[in-house]
Amino acid sequence: MADISKEQVKHVANLARLALTDEEVEKMTKQLGDIINYAELLNELDTENVKPTTHVLDLKNVMRKDEPRDWISKEDALKNAPDQKDGQFRVPSILD
Amino acid sequence: MTNFETVIGLEVHVELKTNSKIFSPSPNAFGSEPNANVNPIDLGYPGVLPVLNEEAVNYAMKAAMAINCEIATDTKFDRKNYFYPDNPKAYQISQFDQPIGENGWIEIEVNGEKKKIGITRLHLEEDAGKLTHNDDGYSLVDYNRQGTPLVEIVSEPDIRTPEEAYAYLEKLKNIIQYTGVSDCKMEEGSLRCDANISIRPVGQKEFGTKTELKNLNSFSFVQKGLEFEEKRQREVLLNGGEILQETRRYDEQTKETILMRVKEGSDDYRYFPEPDLVPLYIDDAWKERIRAEIPELPDARRERYVKELDLPSYDAGVLTSTIEMSDFFEASIAAGADPKQASNWLMGEVSAYMNKHQIEITDLKMTPEALAKMIQLIADGTISSKMAKKVFAELVDKGGDPEKIVKEKGLVQISDEGQLREIIVGILDANEQSIIDFKNGKDKALGFLVGQTMKATKGQANPPMVNKIIKEEIDKR
Repeated sequence: MADISKEQVKHVANLARLALTDEEVEKMTKQLGDIINYAELLNELDTENVKPTTHVLDLKNVMRKDEPRDWISKEDALKNAPDQKDGQFRVPSILD
Repeated sequence: MTNFETVIGLEVHVELKTNSKIFSPSPNAFGSEPNANVNPIDLGYPGVLPVLNEEAVNYAMKAAMAINCEIATDTKFDRKNYFYPDNPKAYQISQFDQPIGENGWIEIEVNGEKKKIGITRLHLEEDAGKLTHNDDGYSLVDYNRQGTPLVEIVSEPDIRTPEEAYAYLEKLKNIIQYTGVSDCKMEEGSLRCDANISIRPVGQKEFGTKTELKNLNSFSFVQKGLEFEEKRQREVLLNGGEILQETRRYDEQTKETILMRVKEGSDDYRYFPEPDLVPLYIDDAWKERIRAEIPELPDARRERYVKELDLPSYDAGVLTSTIEMSDFFEASIAAGADPKQASNWLMGEVSAYMNKHQIEITDLKMTPEALAKMIQLIADGTISSKMAKKVFAELVDKGGDPEKIVKEKGLVQISDEGQLREIIVGILDANEQSIIDFKNGKDKALGFLVGQTMKATKGQANPPMVNKIIKEEIDKR
């Protein structure tokens, strides 16, 4: 059984930019552990000669021609912007 | 004193100049008004689905083949998860474990030494939007670039000096430009470069800790940044310090690299196969179709110019430095120009004109055929090389037919020996002192007589012929 640790939960939460309380970490550690353990059931299958599935649909090479179409006006593009300035989206600066 | 060896690897991003974006059909164009080339797919709206642009795959394959990569048969796209406002989806569609191209190489030449630099991989991905940071604590985002097809080309850590890094970039840009899949304009961001550099004591097998350089806005800044970093790392190690895994940026003003951040652990992008895109299967027929579209590349052309056209290798190098120059040269040869003459004009007058006016060879009014004809007119003695400069000035500025220009400007050279002899005899009769001076060893006197002849013929006399006739006539006296 592959239980996960509180540290792993905190790491994943951090990557997802989620702030969890200690109680939530406790709860998630249990719930995520259960989910992972359930998924572990798949390991019982012998997949020795099975190609990894990267997509569930049996399709390949779905492509379109290189023709510009269906773009929207810059006014429409900004309609749902929480904040804007000079025709651009305005966001808090994150310098890295 | 320990001797160190430098190890450099480069990551180059090249934007592909398709008409539309890689996963959405909005236009792929540089220089538009902010956010004028976007649609809900680029903006990451809920429920939208990406569809792959076939041409982006074609272009990526072409670039990969040109740098000698093996092309994948089974490939796919993956999600790279990260939060940053340049990407509204919070993930970039990229390729993780099955890049389009792998195990390539290009050959560089530094100080006369040739060297192969390995290419680990070339993968296809989408570019992100462009952020402009203001000092009021806010940044502005333009998503026009979001979704522009991008290839990332990762070199093997085969580069040993900043000079080799420069040569590698020049060569890579040259090759990619020949394939026509990108402009590779660093000033417009269609080619960008990050550099990894570490040093290790000579003889040590393991690599030292590397730092990553960003904000390298020109090839020469890449070289200078690496030179600085090489020295900095050496000093840190010699002083008993430790190199940390850092990201540093190059400051163009101070010519130093400045710490941006220390990397803690490896980045955790949680790659997984992109569920919104189906796998890509590239069969041999597709590969061969693309391979057939790749033009003859710079190295092959250079070799041909030396071997078949007898050009000096310096000339061949200059002429193949861009595909436009090379194509112009070949068109003029096809129109009958002597290769060495065409080369001289292109490397001399034509390049000087282009530099002076800051234009590309494709902007010239002069056609390759016109250049060929002008060279022909010089070769057959119709015009002198001095007159050719006048014809050239007219040709590059306004275009047209050299023969017409020669006639209109009355530039026809007098190469009729009888006619020239008659004029020269007259001039000698009128300048007996000069003949005496010349016979007494004053070479200047000959120049004076040539000058008089040119004056009498309004500059149209064939100069070598004038020289010859004057000497003959003086000898007779």
